[in-house]
Amino acid sequence: MSGLEQMYQQVIIDHARERHGHGLADSPGRVGESFQVNPVCGDEVRLRVAVDGDRITGVTWEGHGCSISQASVSVLHDLVEGATVRDAAEIAATFRALMDARGEPPDSETEELLGDGAAFVGVGRYPARIKCALLGWMALKDALIQATKEKT
Amino acid sequence: MAFPDVRGDFPILTRQARGGRRLNYLDSAATSHQPRHVLAAQDEFVRERYGAVGRGAHLLAEEATEAVDSARWDVARFVGADAGEIVWTENATAALNLVAAAMGAASQGIGGEEARRFALAEGDEIVITETEHHADIIPWQILARRTGAALRWIPVDDDGRLRLDDLSDIVGDRAKVVAFQHASNVTGVIHPVSAVVERARAVGALTVLDACQSAPHLSVDFPSLGVDFAAFSAHKMLGPTGIGALYGRRELLDALPPAVYGGSTVKTVTMTETTWLDAPAKFEAGSQPVVQAVGFGAAARYLTELGREGIENRDRELAGRLRRGVTSIDGVRLLGPVGGTGEPVIGLAAVEVEGVHPHDVGQVLDDAGIAVRVGHHCAQPLHARLGVQSSTRASTQVYTTDEDVDEFLEALAGVRGFFGAGGSS
Repeated sequence: MSGLEQMYQQVIIDHARERHGHGLADSPGRVGESFQVNPVCGDEVRLRVAVDGDRITGVTWEGHGCSISQASVSVLHDLVEGATVRDAAEIAATFRALMDARGEPPDSETEELLGDGAAFVGVGRYPARIKCALLGWMALKDALIQATKEKT
Repeated sequence: MAFPDVRGDFPILTRQARGGRRLNYLDSAATSHQPRHVLAAQDEFVRERYGAVGRGAHLLAEEATEAVDSARWDVARFVGADAGEIVWTENATAALNLVAAAMGAASQGIGGEEARRFALAEGDEIVITETEHHADIIPWQILARRTGAALRWIPVDDDGRLRLDDLSDIVGDRAKVVAFQHASNVTGVIHPVSAVVERARAVGALTVLDACQSAPHLSVDFPSLGVDFAAFSAHKMLGPTGIGALYGRRELLDALPPAVYGGSTVKTVTMTETTWLDAPAKFEAGSQPVVQAVGFGAAARYLTELGREGIENRDRELAGRLRRGVTSIDGVRLLGPVGGTGEPVIGLAAVEVEGVHPHDVGQVLDDAGIAVRVGHHCAQPLHARLGVQSSTRASTQVYTTDEDVDEFLEALAGVRGFFGAGGSS
């Protein structure tokens, strides 16, 4: 498998087309929203989370960008919606570690935790594209802070 | 006469691309490669003649000063100017910023009576165009903010050509400065400089030309074009990064106040007052990138020796091959006109590939050893006007071959298939 084929695995191309969670919607709980731009290419994502108790009840988003950025948010939606805030943070950290792994295949534990997200392993070999894959995850981190911060 | 094959002059072109493939470099509009002549000139300068330029009485200071003066002449001749009309800047961006910032300074009374012609106030207008690079938009937005002047712009048509129908209204009696590009880094369109200059002159407005993309490809002569100021950059014309130039008509540079202040710009400094040296020295505060200046001069000489007319003709050939080629691929839209006889364009093509994001296009091309630019190319308003968020751009230089262009076209034709977007969608 070439580096290119390793990066654009079918599961990524499918997610980029299907875009799970696309279209901002309301869910019960406290809402947080974040807008992120990749200054390199102008790609944008606006991601909304709803948190009820310690559980993430909704992850929806809109935006446009390359297949890597779009597929990554789609996968994020699948992994994080319904998870606890703590689990979501662990998934996010694991995904980031995968990006930093320079294409090294993940261990089985990581693979299990990330599900379709493990398919992004090939992105780690292309430093210029890591930002694309992380765009939605940056938005998630920020949106969760908005949703969970103490009201003043 | 066939254009010579100069690839052997460019050491980097012998390296391999990803996966051991031949490097097909089609990103010269972003930054171009340096021939060994340019590399050798910088190397020789550092090894043999390096010293503090313009200061010091020792032999090295003298020889280094001479080398940089001579480079200034090489660059000046390249654009039909005198050495006294060329100011070293960090790049073209810095040159455009210099003019805008200096006009801002003049608007605050700096530079005295002779600088009043550059002063702006509420009621005045600054004119730019919709096809400008961000570097020729933002400085003018800021200048408008600083002075209370209004910002107006010349619109473009669906192919990115300047629409001059309302020129006399847009460049009206209140216009003080008109800043516009010579050739577009997105559409390749070469704009009608004379029409804009004529109108600007009629209302007494200054003209500032962004010649970043034209200087590498066309036989540019600023005095003949009649512009008051012009900006260009070495690294887009086979020179090093870190150096560009501002051209200004002598009498204007003499009257324009500096906007960056420091050593080597002054006649006298007291604790409260400063008097400036003549242009260009008054604009070149602090130690200058002199090694790069020597490289810039060598790049200008290299292109001059290669023959400007031949370069221009070759560029048109490549532009035609490239632009006709992309328009014949299904699902690929060329931004800007195809061009050709009667409407020359510079050697580049920015395209939208239906259903595939430019980043993904660039990645597939990279896998084939082809280097292109993806994104908005620092021209977001133009992309918005053309109805796209970003694009994929291939651009040529003197070292580009027909084979390079054909290989790009073939790879581009396969992109939609790779992403499953080439079917009946």
